[in-house]
Amino acid sequence: MTGALLSARGLSLAFGAIRALDAVDADLWPGEVLAVVGESGSGKSTLLDVLSGRRQPQAGIVWYRDPEDHLHELHAMPAPRLRALHRSDWGFVHQNPRETLRMNVSAGGNVGERLMAQGARHYGDIRAQAIDWLRQVEIDADRVDDLPRTYSGGMLQRLQIARTLVTHPRLVFMDEPTGGLDVSVQARLLDLIRGLVARLRVAVVLVTHDIAVARLLAHRIMVMQRGRVVEAGLTDQVLDDPQHPYTQLLVSSVLQA
Amino acid sequence: MSGYNFAYLDEQTKRMIRRAILKAVAIPGHQVPFGGREMPLPYGWGTGGIQVTASVIGAGDVLKVIDQGADDTTNAVSIRRFFARTADVRTTTRTGEASIIQTRHRIPETRLREDQIIVYQVPIPEPLAKLEPSRAEARRMHALAEYGAMHVRLYEDITRYGHVSISYDYPVLVNRRYLMAPSPIPAFDNPKMHMMPALQLFGAGREKRIYAVPPYTEVRSLDFEDHPFRATRAPHACALCGAADSYLDEVVTEDRGGRMFVCSDTDHCETRRSAREAAA
Amino acid sequence: MAYVAVKGGERAIDNAHAWLADARRGDPDLPALTLAQIEQQLGRAVDRVMAEGALHDRRLAALALMQAQGDVTEAAFLLRAYRTTLPRFAAGEPLDTAAMHLRRRVSAIYKDLPGGQMLGPTTDYTHRLLDFALPTASPAPAARRTGEPKPMPRIGDILGAEGLMEPDAADPGSSGDLTREPLAFPAARDVRLQALARADEGFLLGLGYSTQRGYGNTHPFVGEIRVGETAVEIIPPELGFPISIGDITLTECQMVTQFRGSKTTPPQFTRGYGLAFGHSERRAMAMSLLDRSLRAAELGEDVVAPAQDVEFVLSHCDSIEATGFVEHLKLPHYVDFQSELETIRRMRADAMRGALTEAEAAE
Repeated sequence: MTGALLSARGLSLAFGAIRALDAVDADLWPGEVLAVVGESGSGKSTLLDVLSGRRQPQAGIVWYRDPEDHLHELHAMPAPRLRALHRSDWGFVHQNPRETLRMNVSAGGNVGERLMAQGARHYGDIRAQAIDWLRQVEIDADRVDDLPRTYSGGMLQRLQIARTLVTHPRLVFMDEPTGGLDVSVQARLLDLIRGLVARLRVAVVLVTHDIAVARLLAHRIMVMQRGRVVEAGLTDQVLDDPQHPYTQLLVSSVLQA
Repeated sequence: MSGYNFAYLDEQTKRMIRRAILKAVAIPGHQVPFGGREMPLPYGWGTGGIQVTASVIGAGDVLKVIDQGADDTTNAVSIRRFFARTADVRTTTRTGEASIIQTRHRIPETRLREDQIIVYQVPIPEPLAKLEPSRAEARRMHALAEYGAMHVRLYEDITRYGHVSISYDYPVLVNRRYLMAPSPIPAFDNPKMHMMPALQLFGAGREKRIYAVPPYTEVRSLDFEDHPFRATRAPHACALCGAADSYLDEVVTEDRGGRMFVCSDTDHCETRRSAREAAA
Repeated sequence: MAYVAVKGGERAIDNAHAWLADARRGDPDLPALTLAQIEQQLGRAVDRVMAEGALHDRRLAALALMQAQGDVTEAAFLLRAYRTTLPRFAAGEPLDTAAMHLRRRVSAIYKDLPGGQMLGPTTDYTHRLLDFALPTASPAPAARRTGEPKPMPRIGDILGAEGLMEPDAADPGSSGDLTREPLAFPAARDVRLQALARADEGFLLGLGYSTQRGYGNTHPFVGEIRVGETAVEIIPPELGFPISIGDITLTECQMVTQFRGSKTTPPQFTRGYGLAFGHSERRAMAMSLLDRSLRAAELGEDVVAPAQDVEFVLSHCDSIEATGFVEHLKLPHYVDFQSELETIRRMRADAMRGALTEAEAAE
């Protein structure tokens, strides 16, 4: 696991009789996009919560490698360190951008918040960076002072991505980033995410129920069913030649659609 | 006054409050919870300031009480009387003569000295209250020095109005660590808090919090490098003493919009006028 | 000079006080009220002032009501400000309300129960018609009281015997006191109950009501309301055994509410608890509804309604704090207002300049 940004071993978590995670291992290397796919209830969202430190596993361990190449046991980190990590080296893109965006604050303020939290104190610079990031997510610069409530669903999601990437995190967690959007909007957003991720060399843990999204974005893929990883490997390999019956079922259901 | 202890509060309560004050002085700008008592004045009338004053005042102290900068506003009179009655201390309207100054909404124009204490009455001690109504969450933000949201508020103001629109209770960063509400003093008074020789104590009775700024402590009003904090006042001179650098009250003199501007700090104004008369 | 500052604060205050005293007394040709009259004939007002004033003393509460012209919140404030100066000799032992000398006891969940139902002095079945004869009526005939008062088991103990009711929490030994330690969150149930016991009755009522209308429903049943006299006991350290220091009238409400169970606890009934000085059923019932709704988080229920939000309820339930802060808005704020004036003038000037430039550009 030399060089891995994030390494998980033996993660287990049960809610009563339901095993949400059952001895799950995972590794994520710098610049790599790892997709976690499965139906709802497969444990993929729980895995995202545990990998990002937002939920404690009952067993198992998660290692995080900081920019100075030191390893930290994620769930043993004190809360302030973890919160700071989420504001700087890490990012989180939720399915519903309204959960993280400040809807009563302008787009520029939303993008600038992480910079200000890190000590940026030059209004002009912050605004210029916000405009630059809006451009990178294909939002017109003259919308920088508008409130998010005037944005469409697709624009809101792009704004959330800009707000997350502005501090150049090395690792971003994405939870169904294209869920709830129209198909045409989805395609454009996927294209944008693929371009940004490749250009910025940011590592992504992507949770999705949509095989097509995983195929487009991910280098590697983990297929989950009832809390277990039933198949993992390079995306093309797994999707073109699925070995596990459950993966075969998932893949075939997409082809038929 | 018979039946009550010196300065109203019993000595045990005063010791409890003084312990809170000591802690507050040791952690400048940090809000210390204290077992605030019900006072014979209503919450919002300065019960926090009164408890702080009652805990630090001694028989030899000279007390000045101002509200809106003036000694003769009714609430200032009422609080001054309270201490005259319960502590039998000497009171004054002269800033220079006072050893303790209790204030609501102003800092005197006269520069305070090392041997003076200024006690602020505070309605809402939590500077993050308008951004985060839960005090439990706000406490967490202070503990982690997560003040990004406050700067977002300033950013929005500049974006919308070209300048920060907060005109009073303008947030400050104390000793480069804690975000602090200076109480609803006009932003004009904020620079006076910076490196002030006097001890500054803040009491919030209803919210049961005490905080402090020790003498000669850095107090910075939040701002941006390219939009520095600016203290503003009405662009006039005082109609009574001619001061062009003091904070002014606007007094409407007739119902057709006639108005005049006079010093909000009545002692400052009177001192200037008697000096002028003496010179004449 | 035309300028008249708000001078003469001293004289203004003295005049105001004199005027108030005059208004309080009313027509001097009418006989003044006596404290005994207030205590006896306005008993429910006295009860409420004691509850919100957090001090059980009927005579002082009557005095506070007289001094406050019948303003209950103001009277409670007077009582609180007096209470805070009193020395503390001892803390009372837990009251044994099962041994209460009852004058009223009703249950809505059993038709009959050990000890029986006892209507007592209630307005529950009174037609609310103004009784124009009341002012001149001769003293009412003494009511027939049934038998000797006897201790009756509490409803929680009856349900508890079958295991259907959650057991009482273990005695924590000592309980918190928000008059000594400021409220901190999360607040434990002892401190929550203390806050609710002192809270504004209107606030309790409104929020309790909101739980019945879908904002944090608890499916409540009145297990029991009891009103009566209970002995207050203390253990003086020099004696080492409890002695009674007197009887006080209390209203206790046990609200039986639903709980669907959790991973560790089978489904059972839970308790919402209300206790008030004097005869104050509305208060005790509303308090018990709120006590239960505030337990949502610890029982693993979703916290979605105001009545379930501990910080929201406890921060705003105190009538003395609330009235102080609302009413302080009438104190002078002209320094802050002046700075707002300067800011808004500047913003208006900026806006007009902007509009002017746009108009010029359009030409």
